[in-house]
Amino acid sequence: MKQTLEKDTPKNAERTPATEFVKPEVNIYETKDGYLLEAEMPGVDKDGLEITLEGNELTITGRRPDESVDGELLFRERSRVNFQRTFELDPAIDTARINAKINQGLLTLTLPKSEQVKPRRIAVSE
Amino acid sequence: MNLIRYQRPDLVWPTFGRLSSLRDELDRLFESPLAELTRSSQLLSGWTPALDVYEDKENFIVKAELPGMKKEDVEVSLHDGALSISGERKSETKHEDAEAYRAERFFGRFQRTVTLPAPVAADKVKAQYKDGVLTVTLPKTEEAKPKQIDVSIS
Repeated sequence: MKQTLEKDTPKNAERTPATEFVKPEVNIYETKDGYLLEAEMPGVDKDGLEITLEGNELTITGRRPDESVDGELLFRERSRVNFQRTFELDPAIDTARINAKINQGLLTLTLPKSEQVKPRRIAVSE
Repeated sequence: MNLIRYQRPDLVWPTFGRLSSLRDELDRLFESPLAELTRSSQLLSGWTPALDVYEDKENFIVKAELPGMKKEDVEVSLHDGALSISGERKSETKHEDAEAYRAERFFGRFQRTVTLPAPVAADKVKAQYKDGVLTVTLPKTEEAKPKQIDVSIS
């Protein structure tokens, strides 16, 4: 179970040149009902967000709006590059019920497991 | 800490004596309180939000990336011509049965200070927090603004 929702495979790294995207930092939690994924995409709003599912590969893309200021740049640390990261999903995830929301640049994805794979207690008959 | 393969003392060549004493030195260095400090302190593991500083004719504009915070948890202050942005990011996720299996995000306190190159009007400073980006606009004082002086040439 642990290996199934792993981060970017080398295949994906080749597909997206490093110059085009940066990987958002993520936290992933597993609960008995499913997974919870949090990704940091500062500057990205609902309109700049794109989530695609291809087979069992989930890709999140966050496009930053052009927020350049008409003035001289004295000091720069922030990246202008858009965010993208691909995750391979645990087959137990019910992809039809994936939910996403973005609040203050933090994307929260809820990935519920389908009912039949949830752990369940089996009563032992006498 | 011993990363090299153990060799029986009688097989070690005499010239290796110096190397192994160097190794002992390194081991001691990493076991010293200094090593403990770098491992446990915020120096290496802390959160330093990225920021940009712009200047136009009227203002200094500071933009800091603070994704996933609450407005109330961000503090902006100005002291002696230095802008301080600080706060604390708290984890929103509190599932008793949740198992974190990838943890790249930082939670806890942070502080960044920027010394502004010219005086600003402290009472006119404005801050806005939107989409996880904090924008602080600091208007320059009248004296600090660039002035154009027309010199008549006779």
